[in-house]
Amino acid sequence: MKRISIVVLAVFIVTSGWSQEQQSSGDTKGQLHGNVQALFQNYNPDEAIGAQVPDAKAAMNTFGNFTYTYGQFTAGVRFESYQNAILGFPNRFKGSGIGSRYVRYNADNLDITVGNFYEQFGNGLSFRTYWEPNLGIDNAMDGIRVIYKPFKGLALKAVYGQLRYDFDSRIINSAGIVRGIDGEVSLNELVKPWADKPLKVTLGGSFVSKYQSGETFERDSTVFTLPNNVGATGGRLGVVYKNFQFTGEYVTKINDPNADNGYIYKKGESIFLNGAFSKKGFGVTASAKYVDNMAFRSDRDALLFDVPINFLPAITRQHTYNLAATLYPYATVLNGEVGVSGELFYTIKKESKLGGKYGTYISLNVAAVNSLDTSHVGGRSELIDGYVVDSHGFGDTKFVRDVNFELRKKINKAWSINFIHYYFEFNTKVTPVTQDFKGIVYANIDVLDIQYKFKPKHSIRAELQSLITEQDKGNWATALVEYTFSPHWSFAIMDQYNYGNSDPEKRVHYLYGNIGYTKGASRIMVGYGKRRAGIFCIGGVCRAVPASNGIEINLTSSF
Amino acid sequence: MKKNILFIVAILIGAISYGQGTSLPAVTLKDLDGKDVNTATLSNDGKPMLICFWATWCSPCKKELNTYADYYEEWQKETGVKIYAVTIDDQRTVNSVKPYVNSVSWEYEILSDVNKTFSQAMGVNSPPHTFLLNGKGEIVWQHVGYTPGDEEEVHEQLMKLAH
Repeated sequence: MKRISIVVLAVFIVTSGWSQEQQSSGDTKGQLHGNVQALFQNYNPDEAIGAQVPDAKAAMNTFGNFTYTYGQFTAGVRFESYQNAILGFPNRFKGSGIGSRYVRYNADNLDITVGNFYEQFGNGLSFRTYWEPNLGIDNAMDGIRVIYKPFKGLALKAVYGQLRYDFDSRIINSAGIVRGIDGEVSLNELVKPWADKPLKVTLGGSFVSKYQSGETFERDSTVFTLPNNVGATGGRLGVVYKNFQFTGEYVTKINDPNADNGYIYKKGESIFLNGAFSKKGFGVTASAKYVDNMAFRSDRDALLFDVPINFLPAITRQHTYNLAATLYPYATVLNGEVGVSGELFYTIKKESKLGGKYGTYISLNVAAVNSLDTSHVGGRSELIDGYVVDSHGFGDTKFVRDVNFELRKKINKAWSINFIHYYFEFNTKVTPVTQDFKGIVYANIDVLDIQYKFKPKHSIRAELQSLITEQDKGNWATALVEYTFSPHWSFAIMDQYNYGNSDPEKRVHYLYGNIGYTKGASRIMVGYGKRRAGIFCIGGVCRAVPASNGIEINLTSSF
Repeated sequence: MKKNILFIVAILIGAISYGQGTSLPAVTLKDLDGKDVNTATLSNDGKPMLICFWATWCSPCKKELNTYADYYEEWQKETGVKIYAVTIDDQRTVNSVKPYVNSVSWEYEILSDVNKTFSQAMGVNSPPHTFLLNGKGEIVWQHVGYTPGDEEEVHEQLMKLAH
């Protein structure tokens, strides 16, 4: 592994030096892109908020990405350092070293990558590798990827390798080997006379298989053999017709006894459907999702965020305001769920009664997710398959309800407001986001966000948030005031108050302030104060971050 | 640890001074009709381009692009600029992109970077992140984040290119 890193670094350095010579003679330029992020946090004891203090009392995560392109060749390397890992990141991430490295050749119709790469087949139901530095998620493939476009309208992809599992001064891959192929046809590009037809159709199919040496295990005095190879197959369709769009994908997986499903042999199935209509000033979407036993990992014993091969995003909206986003965020239940959702976006016209001078934007979003409709049959088949599915409809257990309404309005050049109301019913037995309550949390959240731009480059923004619930930790209120001086400075102070907690000792104010300075593509942010424990999610993948009290410094830069 | 930081700072300084004037890496994105678009071929007939990374779940991004929308016609008349709004929405939210864009009537070219291949190749940490390219397709200026009033600086930079 080390040797590979050195080779990649060498290629990188040599090509950099070489290209600069070329550059001076006026030939094709080499291109360097990249970014750096350093996140430092110190931790002070604070019993009232349950802050954790690691032995080192401080932690720092650093990474730097460097991508160098010269003509048809690209080399990339990422330096990573955890001294130690910031709380909330996997605490097994340790040390400093190379966390990703690859070389890529990309000609007109052929694209080959060797080393680490990120790829997604279709909607990701069968295969997706990605990097989410803010959550510490990196399931990069380490191997080879070939993308070949033999003619216009057809793209073929093949991947072969292992998934990244851990970092301990170097990349540590998981046990299994993952192989996959994917094909996508764009009918409008393939069939010339259809090129300008309003109906656009894409068809795709994929097959992904993992290999992990299987052994035997015993359950109820029956001996089971674990399969060495597990495959998932899927097909998808995308249609765009004028103002309409439709996407659908179906993926099925053969027997895959694993830690998520309790080592049952039932096959897995997932369906994803989305339709939308939109025109100027108006948009509406409807989605349905069905997931049955679709945890698919390169190591059958892995759980949580580790080495997923596929990606099953949540059907609820990704919320941004603090109380709505980090107390009761929903993530897909991989073992099984059925969900539907719908969204509406509408801008009331300018110069109308309700629209005013600038128009008024409103949106409505609803989502409902339940358990699968299943039953237990007992006997030998239950021992092997666990349960049977009675229908593809809703089961009896409510997982989540999420209804939210947003109104956004620019009143005049100086003032604008944003109001959002959320209503949640959230089952904390199924999605364990809290230790304090097991059952359904009913919560109403209101957010008012007011911006006042009193000079062209100076603004003040205030955020008021309220969460009302009788369950879990009770009511919360948040107030934030932010002053920004474009393009460089920002100052913010926030207080979050758990005034409704049934335990008077936990009715704590979380006071936090920060100062940010931005110059071009670099930014430094220094914050100090108390941060509440929360669940931070991106794309339906969530990680719990414990409460903390201390200084936080975040430096980012891109080039 | 000190060594690591020194290493990063050294590379950073070198890279920043070297990075300006580079052009776009070649990545295949999809437009709103699902058609492949190679980022290396983005062009605007010798006039400037703005590439803005955004997502439907990113409030400052939407604020930024809604503000630019108020000025877009004026900027186009003055400088001929074309805006590419590259969404990094993943599979969870990507199907809401077109309905959202239509509902707020953005006139930008919308491209979807669903697995963040392009944003990573461009060195984007988190959105919003805006790149200004000159008529030759070279990156001449970039900015992270959005605070009200940043549009004034974008306009200044655009005018610098135009004259």
